[in-house]
Amino acid sequence: MIRRARGAVAALVLAGLVVAPWMVDDYTTAILARTLALALVGVSVALLTGVAGMPTLGQTAPYAAGAYACAVLGSRISDVGVVHVVVAAGAGALLAALTVPLVVHARGVIVLMITLAIGELVVTILGRWRSVTGGTDGLAGIPAVRPFWGLPVLATDQARYLYTLVVAAALVGAVLLLLRTRAGLLLRAGRDDETRLRASGHRVPLQVSGAHVAAGAIAGAAGSLLVVAQQYISPADFGFDTSALLLLGVVIGGTASVGGALVGAALVIAVRDWLFGVLPGHAPLVLGALFVATVYLLPSGVNRARGRLRPPSAPDATAVREHATVPELRA
Amino acid sequence: MIAVAVGTNRIDPYLIPALDGVAYGLLVFVAASGLVVCFGVANILNLAHGTLYAIGGYTAAALLDGGWASLALALAVGVLAAAAAGVLLAGLLTPVAAGNHLTQALLTFGVALAGGSLLVAGFGPDDPQVRVPAALDGSVVVAGHRYAAYRLVFIAVAAVISAALYLVVRRTRAGMLVRAAVDDPEMVACLGVSPARIRAGVLAAAGALAGAAGVLGAPIIGPGTDTADTVLLLSLVVVVLGGLGSMAGTLLAALAIGEIQTLGVALLPSAAPFLLFAAMAAVLAVRARGLAARWGAT
Repeated sequence: MIRRARGAVAALVLAGLVVAPWMVDDYTTAILARTLALALVGVSVALLTGVAGMPTLGQTAPYAAGAYACAVLGSRISDVGVVHVVVAAGAGALLAALTVPLVVHARGVIVLMITLAIGELVVTILGRWRSVTGGTDGLAGIPAVRPFWGLPVLATDQARYLYTLVVAAALVGAVLLLLRTRAGLLLRAGRDDETRLRASGHRVPLQVSGAHVAAGAIAGAAGSLLVVAQQYISPADFGFDTSALLLLGVVIGGTASVGGALVGAALVIAVRDWLFGVLPGHAPLVLGALFVATVYLLPSGVNRARGRLRPPSAPDATAVREHATVPELRA
Repeated sequence: MIAVAVGTNRIDPYLIPALDGVAYGLLVFVAASGLVVCFGVANILNLAHGTLYAIGGYTAAALLDGGWASLALALAVGVLAAAAAGVLLAGLLTPVAAGNHLTQALLTFGVALAGGSLLVAGFGPDDPQVRVPAALDGSVVVAGHRYAAYRLVFIAVAAVISAALYLVVRRTRAGMLVRAAVDDPEMVACLGVSPARIRAGVLAAAGALAGAAGVLGAPIIGPGTDTADTVLLLSLVVVVLGGLGSMAGTLLAALAIGEIQTLGVALLPSAAPFLLFAAMAAVLAVRARGLAARWGAT
């Protein structure tokens, strides 16, 4: 019953998203398209933070890698959007694979520190590697793409938005399917009781690495959507505040739920965009206060995430039992 | 000595960057030591640490007028203000003390966002000028090169601060409590020391260290809109490379980062953007297993 109701709500939201560009003006449509890209990054954050138990503040790194690969390389290879998504996902996965050795042995808050450092270092590189990335000025004048061979070029904000929506929906669907397989089950088992899973012969570091690379690919693909939605990228799109906002959105959404991550991330990003529109001078102050207030109002998120952030050497029986009863990932 | 004399010509152009690296490294160490204590003892990833440094930096820019008295005043005000901000942060963290690291880190990020906005509102969006005491404004000759006198004095002062920090952590009762709280917080609580008080004290100490670094280091990493981010990033890299919690490791890592940011850039200008990343990747990849054992215990 609940599952059917949830499915109905999801279908309703999706229908609303499809008709949205005809209900609002072009500017809002463009903002919506960018929010979709960021919500997709939020899904990759949830995959790592909630499902794999690796809280991350660095998913902007593969996101940026995907966006820049798409803008620099993709436009030289082809003008087909699908090719761009593949190039961007490959770049995100490559960056994630390169950083696997840094995070695979760490757990909990240390992953947070390392991923934050990785994300910030990537932004630093983007700002200084002028010959390729255009430095802090960013890359403008990125040519328009066509979604598929033989289709017309995406010329209007509505078309760009719908393209973003279709790709994002397809990728979210792929993540949901992946999490229903044995791999998704093992990933969650590794998060809940790593020692137990290791004892039965499973290679937890390998699973974690796989999740890290997969999340990198999703964030990279989201980067290519950002390029389409915004037609301009700069290091400011991938700052530390974006990571923190996405993590807050994912925590609001319940940490391990893909649907929750989508809604939470979109909500947080929308609030930020709205605040910067109505309060140009004091938006960060209000946003910071909202952060603090939200953290105070988050009992469920705190309880659900508590056990999985413990180091593997000290599994907490009550927390583990809690997880078993928490219905997760029905999105 | 002979080898140094012979090699002088070859190392000559790199002497000043190397010296700069020591100044930069010691500055980062003083700033990062606050983060180490905070992380090691209170187990909090304090994302507002860079903002605490920026408080010191803006204080220095506002109060320094070229005299010694103003330096002393700026140091006192900057340290007190940053320590007070640390206590405020500890107060804000108290309601979620039983929660997880994730929400605590997000809370400190919110404070950093709001604090940064308040600093910009109070001191303006432009990077302010910092005036060092007139007596230190000139340059001195070091091995045939002119070098900013302030930085030379800064190296000495930062070395003294680092030594004092070591003595406090090793030899005083407060330092012992702090180290005990790292090893076994429950036992320390059983001894009658309130964890909330330890947390407040640690965040105040972290704020004081960051504030002192901000005031004294303002001529090196000056106050500005991206200061907080820069200092937080450098401190994080240093804390991770230093092995999380070891003061000696943190000092070594800070000096290495300082040399990478100055000498490394002078030696390999084309690779400059990647050096910091490469250094972190190399050290973490090599030490990953050794560190994993230690991280498992934190």
